[in-house]
Amino acid sequence: MSEEKNITLVITRQDDPESEPYKETFSVPYRQNMNIISALMEIRRNPVNADGEATTPVFWEMGCLEEVCGACSMVINGEPQQSCTSLVDQLEQPIHLEPMTTFPVVRDLAVDRSRMFDSLKKVKAWIPIDGTYDLGPGPRVAETKRQWAYELSKCMTCGVCLEACPNVNSKSDFIGPAPLSQVRLFNSHPTGEMNSSERLQSIMDEEGIMGCGNAQNCVQVCPKGIPLTTSLAALYRDTAVESFKSFFGSDK
Amino acid sequence: MAGSRGYVNRRLHSLLGVIPLGVFLFQHLTTNYFATRGPEAFNAAAHLIEALPYRYVLEIFIIFLPLLFHGIYGVYIAFQSNFNVNRQGYFRNWMFVFQRITGILTLIFIAWHVWETRVAVGFGWEELNYQLMEDILTQPFFFWFYIVGVLSVTFHFANGLWSFFVSWGITVTPRSQRIMTYVSLVVFLALAYIGVRTLIQFAYGI
Repeated sequence: MSEEKNITLVITRQDDPESEPYKETFSVPYRQNMNIISALMEIRRNPVNADGEATTPVFWEMGCLEEVCGACSMVINGEPQQSCTSLVDQLEQPIHLEPMTTFPVVRDLAVDRSRMFDSLKKVKAWIPIDGTYDLGPGPRVAETKRQWAYELSKCMTCGVCLEACPNVNSKSDFIGPAPLSQVRLFNSHPTGEMNSSERLQSIMDEEGIMGCGNAQNCVQVCPKGIPLTTSLAALYRDTAVESFKSFFGSDK
Repeated sequence: MAGSRGYVNRRLHSLLGVIPLGVFLFQHLTTNYFATRGPEAFNAAAHLIEALPYRYVLEIFIIFLPLLFHGIYGVYIAFQSNFNVNRQGYFRNWMFVFQRITGILTLIFIAWHVWETRVAVGFGWEELNYQLMEDILTQPFFFWFYIVGVLSVTFHFANGLWSFFVSWGITVTPRSQRIMTYVSLVVFLALAYIGVRTLIQFAYGI
């Protein structure tokens, strides 16, 4: 190596869910093609802050390291994103790392995304196929539909869209774009479609589709490029039709 | 179904903003525009509206009840939002913020406007004619108050029309939503022109 280069990280830390957050600065030796995770690993290997004082290692969550699990989301230089695919070379220094604010902090950069998994249960984001005998193969899916539905299935419940949404906050019960888009995914499936009414009914309340304010940040920030606002608009249409059906009465 | 009240209220809020309130806005601005043809034309148009049969029923069910619901529930919606344009400075996010700001401005403006015109006329403190509006709008403060009010109302309606088309599942694709953005911009410019032109007529007689 010709010369030693360092990168500076300013990390918002918090010791436990109840304590006050504070900022700590770290200086980490630069390596080529570094991502945020490798910088955090460096701090974990040598937990000394920029003032040379020994400190506790910074805690964060990670899983797949290839942007498919959603566990390592955090706010990097003001933008919610995955730390595994955030490359140090593309970021302005010092690099600010903060936990996402929409979720309760567990410790340092790790947050508890349980609310998203609760929402997936609320909207019945699955296809019920259990029974007492073999139902045989399901109906075929049209190739065109499979293609767009596949895009929706890329959601990794990372929480970035909820973090960017102005209507997901402590003052409102809105569940956010991610679980709503899953309603469209499962309703588009030929077998899942058999329970489409149930799923639509589950989002026709204070927490559901009408909590959306059409700020459309979600579609801008989604790391998987999921057409979230198209899903939301499609659900606006489906729930409107569902309202007429359930109020005026028609075949179930 | 438990807990559907929030859903129904939001649907109603979205519907009332366009039908009847948007329709009424269009009618109201059009009637006022008669002022540009002179005081007699305005008085004739205003008296035609004033003399409509079962006027109180029309006013209560087409204007005041929808207005109260849309206004009060709208404040509740506006204060449930966290503004984050400093982080996400996208066009639609700015529109989201402006929609809420102009909503609050509109509520203040309309409350004052109704008090100063409809309530005052109703109690016989004032008479409904060209003179009433001329007296108000020749005061510089109220001229600018009305300018801000009219621009807020027309923006809120035009941008709300965009949201209405999404909320009722009419514009689903990004392309249709983008074209609707241009349409709503034209609606805003047209209504703002009609409104501001009328204000200038009352204030400066030109």
